[in-house]
Amino acid sequence: MKTVGELSWRIGGPQGSGVDTAARLFSLAASLGGLNVLGRREYYSNIIGRHSYYDVRLSATRQPRSHRIRVDLLTSFEAETLARHALSVVPGGGIIYNVKDEDTPFLRITFLDERVRQDLARVLTEEGVEHTTSTKGLLELAEKRGVQLYPVPYDELFKTLSERFDVPLGIAQRTRNTLAVALSFALLEFPREFLKEALARVFASKPKVVELNQAAVDVIYDYMASSHSNLAFDFRLEGVTQDGPRMMLNANQAVAIGKLAGGLTFQTYYPISPATDESVYLEAHTTYRTREGDEQGVVVVQTEDEISAIAMASGAALTGARAATATSGPGFSLMVEQLGWTSMTETPLVITLYMRGGPSTGMPTRTDQGDLFFALFAGHGEAPRIVYASGDVEEAFYDAIRTLNYAEMFQMPVIHLVDKALASTTVTLPVPDPTQVPIRRGEIFVPEEDEGQRIVKRFSLDTETGISPRVLLGTPHVHHWMTGGEHTEEGRVTEDPVIRVRMHDKRLAKLEYAAKTIPAEEKFQVFGPEDADFTVISWGSTKGAILEALEILEQKGLRGRFVQVKLLMPFPKEIAPLLERRPLILVELTRTAQLARLLRMELGVEVDHRILKYSGRPFSFEELVDALEAVLERREEEVTVLQLFE
Amino acid sequence: MAVETKPRWTVKDFRAPYEVDWCPGCGDFGILNAIYQALAQMGVSPHETVVVGGIGCSGKAQYYVNAYGVHTLHGRPLPVATGIKLANPNLKVFVVSGDGDSMAIGAAHFVNGGRRNVDITYIMFNNEVYGLTKGQASPTLPLGLQTKSLPEPNIQGNINALMLAFTTGYTWIGRGYAYNIKQLVRLIREATEHPGLAFLEVLQPCPTYNNLHTKDWYQGRLYDINEEGYDPVLPPDADDATRRDLYARFMEKVFEWGDRIPTGVFLVNRNLPTFEERIAERQPHYRIHPPALTRIRDDEGRSLLDIQPFYEEHRAR
Ligand SMILES: Cc1ncc(C[n+]2csc(CCOP(=O)(O)OP(=O)(O)O)c2C)c(N)n1
Ligand code: SF4
Ligand SMILES: [Mg+2]
Repeated sequence: MKTVGELSWRIGGPQGSGVDTAARLFSLAASLGGLNVLGRREYYSNIIGRHSYYDVRLSATRQPRSHRIRVDLLTSFEAETLARHALSVVPGGGIIYNVKDEDTPFLRITFLDERVRQDLARVLTEEGVEHTTSTKGLLELAEKRGVQLYPVPYDELFKTLSERFDVPLGIAQRTRNTLAVALSFALLEFPREFLKEALARVFASKPKVVELNQAAVDVIYDYMASSHSNLAFDFRLEGVTQDGPRMMLNANQAVAIGKLAGGLTFQTYYPISPATDESVYLEAHTTYRTREGDEQGVVVVQTEDEISAIAMASGAALTGARAATATSGPGFSLMVEQLGWTSMTETPLVITLYMRGGPSTGMPTRTDQGDLFFALFAGHGEAPRIVYASGDVEEAFYDAIRTLNYAEMFQMPVIHLVDKALASTTVTLPVPDPTQVPIRRGEIFVPEEDEGQRIVKRFSLDTETGISPRVLLGTPHVHHWMTGGEHTEEGRVTEDPVIRVRMHDKRLAKLEYAAKTIPAEEKFQVFGPEDADFTVISWGSTKGAILEALEILEQKGLRGRFVQVKLLMPFPKEIAPLLERRPLILVELTRTAQLARLLRMELGVEVDHRILKYSGRPFSFEELVDALEAVLERREEEVTVLQLFE
Repeated sequence: MAVETKPRWTVKDFRAPYEVDWCPGCGDFGILNAIYQALAQMGVSPHETVVVGGIGCSGKAQYYVNAYGVHTLHGRPLPVATGIKLANPNLKVFVVSGDGDSMAIGAAHFVNGGRRNVDITYIMFNNEVYGLTKGQASPTLPLGLQTKSLPEPNIQGNINALMLAFTTGYTWIGRGYAYNIKQLVRLIREATEHPGLAFLEVLQPCPTYNNLHTKDWYQGRLYDINEEGYDPVLPPDADDATRRDLYARFMEKVFEWGDRIPTGVFLVNRNLPTFEERIAERQPHYRIHPPALTRIRDDEGRSLLDIQPFYEEHRAR
């Protein structure tokens, strides 16, 4: 039976060849046709040449929450994509490829790692196919498994296009991405109008390009109609009507727009993957319109290093500007001394930390959750901070506003954890509402009119909560000092033992106050029935895959509950009773199961099982279904997930 | 008609009512007094003045001024000051930093600060040693010299701070001496009134650890280049020849050291826009709503952002 309106599509190619543009076109066209979209990008820390690929999952009925490792339709314009992904295509699925690539020896593919070559040869040998060292063997095996093959003479198609529209061949070849997308949609029998509209939107500033590419769409649809048919292919797409407008965003963009919604007026950064795109997005949107019709905006400064980035943002925060910086592990490592300073001086500051594989340079463009403990404990001394993690792109938008609020309400740094996975996950989502999270600025000192100049107790100990009203630099009639040293109420350095104890208590008391003040629904989320057969606990970007996996297991009669922790410092102790439906299973993108250790530390709770992945790639729900079954049925204590060709 | 007004704030107002813990005879006292006098003469009020200090004996100066004082980390006063100034350009922002703070641990910020030209007055207390950590060599101590805490003569060379400021783009460069308060007041005022990043090096005897370049040693060697006719101003319409002439004179002066040591104003370049002006050029709202003074919520506390343009940019349907 044909699957209609559900699809997992993959396109690959060398970096710089337009894989992203192709994926954008595909996603936008699908979305314009009423489908819900989730895209996931995998790429190397490289500018041109190395392999990158893009997964797009489509659904007519619901918003996909995670990518899939199994591919329904693979589209490639060169041999490396075939080599790396042909084995991921499901029986009944299809592979569109350039005829030229049907017998390319693995050794001739420049960037194909030796490890991949060896594993491909091994798998092909085990499967008993004739060719074990070239793409030919892969296509042979695919066919054997019931995958449909669609060889396409790309060069001829370019020639046709060049002749029919009287453009040089080189220009015709530039429609390559459109070609790849059109081939897929034509095979899927998806109306070409949506792709044409997507082209008009993506290349809006270049009417000539739109014209040529739209013409290319017709050439491809005609070609496919005469050369290949959808008959044997298990998948079809059609346009559907949906209500409500949708945006398409990744987490870099969602955080950036969320920060603007949250009143950010000062952002600093030093370029680093995968955080840079957020700041560059803000640089491109420094001026925005308010609901009241005014123009205002944000100052963005690219600094000389991350030390300067956090120091400069701290300075801006002292004046009352809402300030933030965005970075990744290596940059956050450099920021640590100043992080302590912001704790000590009770300076509100948001650090958006995009986790990537570590330690050290690690894997700049691959995801990881290994910075949890680092965010919680970075720095010397006992320095209060809030650590908050978003689970998906939509959350990232609202959490950007929340974290700016927390920073000012509790006068301390807030580390907002997101990761590479979310940064390169693009989803369709309802238009977020900036007014949904009210802006809360905490206590701010207001001087009395007739006061002369006097010294004010910025760090007043006359407080139950630990909060002393913030005196913004420049507030008239008063002044004070501030320092990373232990200090008096006026902010002057002191080594007095009694004041030291009072001040240290005051600063740490704010964590308790935060724990009391932040509402439960912002601290964690619970999904699934109360009388579940097991409980999954996790945090961050694993959310989508977990939720989808639980749905599938429920259909198989295994009813699970999911506790998603968002606030990691101060830790929400009230989740303890939610963890009682055993077994308790941790899912995390680390080797060392950091949240499990945190649970032991904070609650004295032990998890029963751990499902871990630390290859730099995110979980798909399919992997979690398998892993959860291994845990629940075979009682495996720890399952580590690793794909050979991801 | 010009009206002479008595400044509202006096030297006494700028003196913080607390004890000072520098060693007796430290050159820092002279610098501090000059700061008080310059502030009083300029008529700025304490609440619109922010003194940002690094870590070191020098960085403590911010505690002794009755104004907003921000004691940052070792090497970090300039980026913190930059954030303050950019977020609220109405404030007068001063950096007080040591030679180690500026030229060693904070060197990256010192260098890149020059590229921005934010309107800040940067005063570097140069005692050629790390005072607060007990007299190790600083990056301004010449090669081969052995001050009294050094077990061996200095094995590393020195940075010429004025030259570094020049090559990295500081638009006002001067040098004073901690015990020539009259000249120092003038230099601090000029540096502060200069629109842009002004770098003022102050030669500062450290009687406790620098037994080589003492008050006595400096005696009779220092002279004021401007009094000898050196013109530091780069005219707005300077042609290549004028420019080259000033640069040559500048180089000659900043490398002069020994029997005669130049002080005064070495460079004034008003031809580069400040960073604030550069931002305002790109985003005109910056002048009206700088970051600290931007209204970010309505009376009900709701975000003011109009999401519509973002929807249009990212419209999926
Ligand atoms: C990260 C860091 N490293 C080292 C120190 C120790 N330290 C304190 S002051 C100082 C040197 C100060 O020398 P300088 O900047 O010349 O100031 P001075 O005391 O001479 O005025 C050092 C190294 C520190 N505070 N922080
Ligand atoms: S050590 Fe030197 S610089 Fe520091 S206070 Fe004493 S005399 Fe001044
Ligand atoms: Mg020094």
